[in-house]
Amino acid sequence: MSNEKKLVGMVGLYDTPDELAGAAVKVRDAKYQKWDCHTPYPLHGLDDAMGLKPSPIPYITLSAGFVGISAALLLQGWMSAVDYPVRIGGKPMWSWPAFVPITFELFVLFSCVTIMGCVVLFCKLGKWHSPLHDSDIMKEVTSTRFAVVLDSEDSNFTEEKAQKLLEETGCKDIRPLHQIVDVEGGLI
Amino acid sequence: MSVDTILRPAPLTTREVSFQELDNDINRPLESFPTFRWWIAISITSGMATLFLVGIYYTVFYGIGTWGNNNPVGWGFAIVNFVFWIGIGHAGTLISAILFLLRQAWRTAIARFAEAMTIFAVICALQFPLFHTGRPWLAAFWLLPLPNHNDIWVNFRSPLLWDVFAVSTYGLVSFMFWYTGLVPDFATIRDRAKHPIRKMAYGILSLGWTGSHRAWQHYEKAYLLFAGFATPLVLSVHSVVSFDFAVSVIPGWHTTIFPPYFVAGAIFSGFGMVATLIIIMRKMFKLEYLVTDDHLELMNKVIITTSMMVGFAYITELFIAWYSGVAYERYAFMNRAVGPYAWAYWTMFSCNVIFPQLLWFKKIRRSALLMYPIIILINVGMWFERFVIVVSSLHRDYLPSSWDYFTPTIIDWFLFIGSFGIFLTLMLLFCRFLPTISIAEAKAFSPGAQPSGAHHE
Repeated sequence: MSNEKKLVGMVGLYDTPDELAGAAVKVRDAKYQKWDCHTPYPLHGLDDAMGLKPSPIPYITLSAGFVGISAALLLQGWMSAVDYPVRIGGKPMWSWPAFVPITFELFVLFSCVTIMGCVVLFCKLGKWHSPLHDSDIMKEVTSTRFAVVLDSEDSNFTEEKAQKLLEETGCKDIRPLHQIVDVEGGLI
Repeated sequence: MSVDTILRPAPLTTREVSFQELDNDINRPLESFPTFRWWIAISITSGMATLFLVGIYYTVFYGIGTWGNNNPVGWGFAIVNFVFWIGIGHAGTLISAILFLLRQAWRTAIARFAEAMTIFAVICALQFPLFHTGRPWLAAFWLLPLPNHNDIWVNFRSPLLWDVFAVSTYGLVSFMFWYTGLVPDFATIRDRAKHPIRKMAYGILSLGWTGSHRAWQHYEKAYLLFAGFATPLVLSVHSVVSFDFAVSVIPGWHTTIFPPYFVAGAIFSGFGMVATLIIIMRKMFKLEYLVTDDHLELMNKVIITTSMMVGFAYITELFIAWYSGVAYERYAFMNRAVGPYAWAYWTMFSCNVIFPQLLWFKKIRRSALLMYPIIILINVGMWFERFVIVVSSLHRDYLPSSWDYFTPTIIDWFLFIGSFGIFLTLMLLFCRFLPTISIAEAKAFSPGAQPSGAHHE
């Protein structure tokens, strides 16, 4: 069985955060859509440099929190006052102040489970293999260096143009990113 | 001295450190074979943990009559230990979340460690009420709103049920907060791994993290939100624990000061336990340049502040007992201070309020050796605080005919010592398998780590 390499992207590696931030602005202005920066830790100001929209997570979380509050009040009210009413401590059946602590806890619980779900979903976690994972570039960007990855799926992408753009950003370490494909077309 | 000098931000490290050095130093314990002293330590702690199993076996086989609990003192060691461990568990998320919201960069030195401590302490805490139910295999039906053959639901108006929701939410949220923080570090360890099994294990745990900025953007927002939710959660959980006491009508428990008093005590004991363990950790793993004397001093400042809050609460309780004019209330506090459990009360008072005053001296605050005896006493004192609250209030209730003296049995001691065994064993495993300091955060807060144009938050 013979394998061949398919070009899936171009990677520029940088040694300092300043170089990366400068490069991100240039790539953004070259109207690239499918590209990303990879860094060992979050860099401030890179959202703007890359032209990213704000994360929607706060709104999703807030909605989930309200679902939690409603669920908690309905659960407690229905169980304590409707399904099997029991009078305790001379309180009225709909003794809402006694339901506040659990309502708060479920508000937090629903919100936080949603945040965790959002992290997995939006950060695209749970994908353990990709050409990038299998390359040596990964070792650099989870340790000391910074990378710009231009995806070959982008309509602007050709090998030469990508190479040229990365050179313009002052990158001294440009590497092609390959995926290994066998001749029948299946991925390995 | 101005506020600025008191609250001056401490640098994260004592010297310039390269990213590579951080990677190597924080990961060294994970990537080297455990030392002889680690094996000795884990033999001792797992031996202690075995006592817990023996105690549980005996308890489940013969019932909780094997404990020292008697008629007026229905909540003996079990609840003392439960509140003690929950209190320890509060520092972790508190340090991590509140200091994160306050943008205190030095939190990185202790946050991961404290969060791990939280999770292990909550695990220990949960054992006690669970086995105190007597038949833990049925406890789910008593504690959770599950349909059962009597068609009756759990009592949502009871603080004990609020506690079930509060503690389980707290445990789960703390775990998710901790795990989210660990994900980028797992990726770093994965990419350093030489052995394929090691690479696979950390690779799976990393959930395929690539350090993509499109991911970091959401990740940072999510982390901030976690911190935002965890902060009121910490305060609510220990308030709810205090409601277990305050909502009852027992003299000595039925007071409105309990929620803030419990929260202050939890922070106090939690910082005490973090300091106890992290001083050993930084020495063993030679991380003194990351967990610096500055950080210890800042922790000591929190400790002495909360010590005085707790002391203020003790004195307020005494005053209000007298001022209320209620005979039972007055008796309960007189009995605490001069009754059969006066030894426990004064142990508590001196360990929590008097000895920590030594931390006013800068020399003691900045010396791991000199502060160590004080923080050990704080751990002791905070356990006694819960003992005093639970036992001294219950042992002499309204009817003198039912008064009794609580003495723990050997099984109580097995469970108590055993819970320390479980906790310390888990901490030792944590130190060997997970990075004790967040690698990504330590890098992010290093000098020169952020682009020069970006505003520093």
